[in-house]
Amino acid sequence: MELDEFFVTGEPLIYGGMVAIVLVSSAIIFILTYFKKWTWLWRDWLTTVDHKKIGIMYILSALAMLFRGGMDALMMRVQLAFPDMNFLAAQHYDEVFTTHGTVMIIFMAMPFLIGLMNIVVPLQIGARDFAFPYLNALSFWAFFFGAMLFNISFVIGGSPDAGWTSYTPLAGAAMSPGPGQNFYLLGLQLAGIGTLATGINLMVTILKLRAPGMKLFKMPIFSWSTLITCFIIIFAFPILTVALALLTIDRVFGSQFFTLTGEGLPMMWANLFWLWGHPEVYIVVLPAFGIFSEIIAAFAKKRLFGYTAMVWSIIIIAGLSFLVWVHHFFTMGAGAFVNSVFSISTMLIAVPTGVKIFNWLGTLHKSKIEFTTPMLWSLAFIPSFVMGGVTGVMLGMAAADFQFHNSYFLVAHFHYVLIAGTVFACFAGLIYWYPKMFNHKLNERLGKWSFWFFLIGFHVCFFPQYFIGLDGMPRRIFYSAPEWFTLNFISTVGAFGMGVGFAIFVYNIYYSLRYSERETDGDSWGVGRTLEWATPTPVPHYNFATLPEHLGYDAFMDMKENGETTYDKKKLKHIHMPSNSGKPIIMMAILSFASFALVFEWVTLAAIGLFGGIIMMIIRSFDYDEGYHVEVDEINEIERTARGLNNE
Amino acid sequence: MNHKKHHYKKWLMFMLLGMIFFLSGCDQMTVFDPKGPVAESQSDLIMYSLYYMFGILIVVFVAFTVIVIKYRDRPNRKKDSYKPNIHGNKAIEVVWIVIPIIIVTLLSIPTVNTLFDLEDPPEVSNDKDPLVVYATSANWKWFFSYPEQGIETVNYLHIPTDRAVEFRLSSAGSMAALWIPALGGQKYNMAGMQTTLFLQADEPGVYDGRNANFNGEGFTEQTFKVYAEDSQEFQDWANKKKQSAPKLTQDVYDKLLKPGIVDRYTFSSTHLAWVDHGKMGGMDYAVDRYFNAYETLMHLETDNQEEIKDHIDGKQVK
Repeated sequence: MELDEFFVTGEPLIYGGMVAIVLVSSAIIFILTYFKKWTWLWRDWLTTVDHKKIGIMYILSALAMLFRGGMDALMMRVQLAFPDMNFLAAQHYDEVFTTHGTVMIIFMAMPFLIGLMNIVVPLQIGARDFAFPYLNALSFWAFFFGAMLFNISFVIGGSPDAGWTSYTPLAGAAMSPGPGQNFYLLGLQLAGIGTLATGINLMVTILKLRAPGMKLFKMPIFSWSTLITCFIIIFAFPILTVALALLTIDRVFGSQFFTLTGEGLPMMWANLFWLWGHPEVYIVVLPAFGIFSEIIAAFAKKRLFGYTAMVWSIIIIAGLSFLVWVHHFFTMGAGAFVNSVFSISTMLIAVPTGVKIFNWLGTLHKSKIEFTTPMLWSLAFIPSFVMGGVTGVMLGMAAADFQFHNSYFLVAHFHYVLIAGTVFACFAGLIYWYPKMFNHKLNERLGKWSFWFFLIGFHVCFFPQYFIGLDGMPRRIFYSAPEWFTLNFISTVGAFGMGVGFAIFVYNIYYSLRYSERETDGDSWGVGRTLEWATPTPVPHYNFATLPEHLGYDAFMDMKENGETTYDKKKLKHIHMPSNSGKPIIMMAILSFASFALVFEWVTLAAIGLFGGIIMMIIRSFDYDEGYHVEVDEINEIERTARGLNNE
Repeated sequence: MNHKKHHYKKWLMFMLLGMIFFLSGCDQMTVFDPKGPVAESQSDLIMYSLYYMFGILIVVFVAFTVIVIKYRDRPNRKKDSYKPNIHGNKAIEVVWIVIPIIIVTLLSIPTVNTLFDLEDPPEVSNDKDPLVVYATSANWKWFFSYPEQGIETVNYLHIPTDRAVEFRLSSAGSMAALWIPALGGQKYNMAGMQTTLFLQADEPGVYDGRNANFNGEGFTEQTFKVYAEDSQEFQDWANKKKQSAPKLTQDVYDKLLKPGIVDRYTFSSTHLAWVDHGKMGGMDYAVDRYFNAYETLMHLETDNQEEIKDHIDGKQVK
């Protein structure tokens, strides 16, 4: 292979990207070396098994991916702003929308939420860490290297260009030659292993490691939504794993599962993809519902309305999510009966979702609403999401869907649910739990600026798209016609509004790091209802020194009333903690090397890499490190410092 | 107080104006301007659902606005207006479960009815047999074969008005979707299988048709024009082409199948004589011939497709 086939050539934008990558990487290496931070980085972060630190790494990576996916989005909007624009050529545009979709769903939304789950769930249920902390680190590095592998494609080898759905036969070896599609398959495969492992890990954590006395139906709603999400992950992700593996074998080794030759079944891919893909959208939206429920109850200063109904609607939504995948291809010609069945099952999802919307309104009723930034995001979610929801029902009406399908109406709909649902929740959750992670809040004034820019930009961007779609503009075309100019231009303006909002948000992170007041109280907002707010700030690495015996619903509210804390000197015992380990990152680095080799179909190198991965597993299974104990004296000292009790 | 009221009024006006602006736009939107019975039944169904959706939106928006304004944390609030420990109300929860179920039922009935109706040719033209057209997508062009008339067109379509058209859809390459929004919704074209789509035009005119399902670099350009004309005109056109157009040979057909964008063509025979991509046997016909063709890109930009577009839009049809 020649060097100019290895690197992507001929696109000024991509050369710019290469320069940026080189500059940023050298800057990072320089800073780490200059400030002698390499050991700190390795010891405190890269080898950590602490769920809180892993969560922070997830969120930082997800923010970087949000930036990348957002840049893709802005490039598309520039190209569509004026009719017959010549900013991106057809092929480049195809690559950009493919990576935009894949990055946003797989490498932004999911890791962002998994990051928040990592940090919050063990704290909410009174656990010391995940059930399998080592596996948790492994999951993170699987995701991280998967994301890096996918992202490097735009400078090395070429980006995938068959859409985030990667439909066969288009995505097969014949019609998508070259490494691009392999990057998609292996990037997702690697990240998918991590997600599946996290699903199992969190499920076991929630089922087995809840504080004694916390019954399932006393559990905070975010933990509930996480538990259900884990079930969806465990049932859905194996389907993706298999589908990706089959297509990889098709492309690399010439089998014919999804090909047009050899009587393959290309449409089977669409079925497998959406059998995973539809549950996937609930994987990213159910935790969002959980986050909103927590924040709305907290800043309404009122108990969540209809807790049991909320839990059951999550469970029902999760169940239904496996029964609606055909609505992604009503137009495949399955016949009126099949389409009717899936039409009705799709519309039925609106019922439990409606219940949740009304329960949030019920929570706000007779409450005392405090308009903090996380609350603003959560409040904005309700009307925005309902707009996405009702158009979702319209899309669910199969006969009408024949006109909506593949049009901008659909694009508008799923951005309305995914941004108003998932992205708003990511911002809301991050700002809300930020003091738990970094010991200071984000600046509220900047936060509100970023919120309003993003919210208004969002509606300006996507509302017009419903109408462009009804006027017959299909998705994924690389230039727009003059008759759609006005609405497209408005849409582009909105997209830049969202970009400004995100930029302010990122600036706020820097600004708050420098100027925000440090936290002294664990209950940073003063409205905490659940157990995570009972821990001091910074949260000790073992989370809880002690726990109260009875944990009811809104456990921390009860504790505040009874004057209890998570530091009861009489009950102190030494705490068993897992040791840090460098093996997860090394193992995943080796496997990502194997995947990279497979992308270029260097089978021998890939086999060597895979063998390396197996050796790492063997080494791990002979690892007798049982962790270490935090002794009572040390706990005393940490707790007294964190709680400011030193002078007593 | 006065000042505040004024404020609300301004917002109300703004919202109303916005609604009028968007609703007035509805007429001109292709989907709401149907040119045949299929598109009309879909447009009716969408309008029907829109009433419910606006109803739901208004209920939620009003409730949301009232609650958020009324229960914001402000001084001088009545004491009994804050009840931090309410945690549910069975009666009202039943109401908001039952009402959505009723709405879903009311939406399902016409949806299912329309779905079954769309399986058959539109009832209004029951007196005539549908015109059969094989619509085959290849990367990135359209072949329309008229077995009855014995002609085949590339990248344009003539149909008679007031008569149903039975499209038999298939693909020589990647999956596509035939979509003529003015005449009705789309259906997929897939290699190795055949799907059927009934459409009909009531008004003569020229309509936009395209592939709606992304299938690679030339996707944006995979469009065609539909010329709907009364049945006499259609028959004249077909007869003329049958006499004057060249025969389609397998050699020419294979050349046209090469991935790329081509002009309009007309032939006085159809490719169904030697291959039907809608059957398992015809599934790999194009792939076998052009397995390595996708390694070369077309470098399609908006500049260099102007000339291609001129050809496609051009009035003179070869």
